[in-house]
Amino acid sequence: MTTQTQTGPDPKTALSSRGGGPRADRSFQVLTLVAGLLVLAVLALILITTTREAWPALSEMGLRFITENRWDPPSNVFGGLAFIYGTAIVSLISLIFAVPVSIGIALFLTELAPRRLRAPAVTVIDLLAAVPSVVFGLWGVLVVAPKLVPIYQWFNDVLGGIPVIGSVFGEPVGSGRSFMTAGLILAIMITPIITSIAREVFDTVPRADKDAALALGATRWEMITGAVFPHSFGGLVGAVILGLGRAMGETIAVALIIGSSTQITANIFASGNAMPAVIVDQIGESTGTFTAALIGLGVVLFVMTVLINTAAQTIVRRAEIRMKGARS
Amino acid sequence: MTAPDPKVETVTASDRPSVSINAPTSGWGAVGVDTPQAAGAPVMDLRDVSVFYGNYEAVRGTSMPIRQNQITAMIGPSGCGKSTILRSLNRMNDLVPGARVAGKVTYHGQDLYAKDVDPIQVRRRIGMVFQKPNPFPKSIFDNVAYGLRINGIKGNLHDQVEEALTGAALWDEVKDKLKMSGLSLSGGQQQRLCIARTIAVRPDVILMDEPCSALDPIATGKIEDLMHELAKTYTIVIVTHNMQQAARVSHYTAFFTAEVDDKQVRHGRLVEFSETGKLFTNPSDKRTEDYITGRFG
Repeated sequence: MTTQTQTGPDPKTALSSRGGGPRADRSFQVLTLVAGLLVLAVLALILITTTREAWPALSEMGLRFITENRWDPPSNVFGGLAFIYGTAIVSLISLIFAVPVSIGIALFLTELAPRRLRAPAVTVIDLLAAVPSVVFGLWGVLVVAPKLVPIYQWFNDVLGGIPVIGSVFGEPVGSGRSFMTAGLILAIMITPIITSIAREVFDTVPRADKDAALALGATRWEMITGAVFPHSFGGLVGAVILGLGRAMGETIAVALIIGSSTQITANIFASGNAMPAVIVDQIGESTGTFTAALIGLGVVLFVMTVLINTAAQTIVRRAEIRMKGARS
Repeated sequence: MTAPDPKVETVTASDRPSVSINAPTSGWGAVGVDTPQAAGAPVMDLRDVSVFYGNYEAVRGTSMPIRQNQITAMIGPSGCGKSTILRSLNRMNDLVPGARVAGKVTYHGQDLYAKDVDPIQVRRRIGMVFQKPNPFPKSIFDNVAYGLRINGIKGNLHDQVEEALTGAALWDEVKDKLKMSGLSLSGGQQQRLCIARTIAVRPDVILMDEPCSALDPIATGKIEDLMHELAKTYTIVIVTHNMQQAARVSHYTAFFTAEVDDKQVRHGRLVEFSETGKLFTNPSDKRTEDYITGRFG
């Protein structure tokens, strides 16, 4: 360690450790390891404590907590299926609208837009992400929902008579507070997230890959489908999952817009409810098992998010192996 | 190499592009279906071509022919503009913001930069192989099939992929793993995959931008052998840093150099163009002689 002061090998050629480097490396390693473990610890803690709080309701209801559609706090029956359904359907609607739009914006910004337009456009989209969700909620309820009712009515008039499709486009609720409205507002809320990640992902596509496609006589669109998308698949799935996470967890905007009624219906123009919205609506007036049941909804939401994330990661890993070879 | 005569097919079988192929006055460019063109007739011609990036003139005043079924090499020190000229031959320079070409580049007598010319059709006929092997992150099969699909080429896809891979001397090595990713191959195989991808669409001319600079000597040797084979069917232009490579593979060589003008701005410039044997044994310009003998000017 202290070869410099001792009579040993010539300091100019000594190979033994000077101490500082390896020790700094070691402590850096420990520091990052702790940081990494901290995330896991926090996740586990949240899951453990919320499950414990929710236990009275979960143990009483068992699996019926997620399979039964009856939410009746006075008689201590808590079957949250309608809320799970509401969360799923609203998230799905938001993704259907947000994903193509976001990918379109991202492609425009990376491949088509003139260079000087890019920075301002990105700023505007990021600003959209900065709008508080309660503002989106109020806007949705007061401005958007009433205006959408005639459009919903038109869809109902045109498509309502068709057997299966008709039940999806059913009679709209008069206030316009419905799955559809909530999904649309959520779509606007998650578009900036998906756009900004998709943009970064597209930016990482090597120039060489795009050149290769163009040199084969590809049009810009063929270049995008042939070179840009295969390269970006994993990142795009990640972007969509982040958007989905936000949509599933969004509370206040959905609580304001979705209409707060406990029902399972294929009609996307009907009112419903979603897990986070129920929690924020009812937690104030709840006690005992009721409170535990609401926390239980939170646990279900949490577990759903983790499951979806895991599934997405598996899909991405499989696709990467298929597209890029096992070496990477 | 079983393709009967891809060049003829290229022009006749594909949908008629906005590039109308007029019978040129000189006669050599006529796309006669029955009369194969004589090897050595110019397919492309550069007349006083300069390439600008914004206001900067990267290469000035280049004039040279690209001859049918011959390998034309472009050599010279870094920054002499040889790659720039190469990329102006299939309008890949269009993709660089601010790039502009002055002078005239003709392909079978047509001005490549005329208003009604569709760069997509240009690149379809004048393919390109790049410095770094760049297969798509797709299967080996899909890499080759991509060009066929986007160009809507009819016929049995599998046969055409096999033909292209055979043409690129890769078929025997990959025939059992066509579904594996193109990126799982070695560097030399990847480069031959890129060549297969290029010849699958049956171009007329193949441009190669230092195709061996990322490869080891064995892989380089394979590509060079392949180039001789390909020259029977295609017209090839290759940019290389390696003078021995130019001497080994090419029929014609263009020597470029970089010159500093009165305003201390560097421009690339074509010094000498002639048959490879003559350029390397009996160069007519002092600068060429200095370069090939290792004395840089």
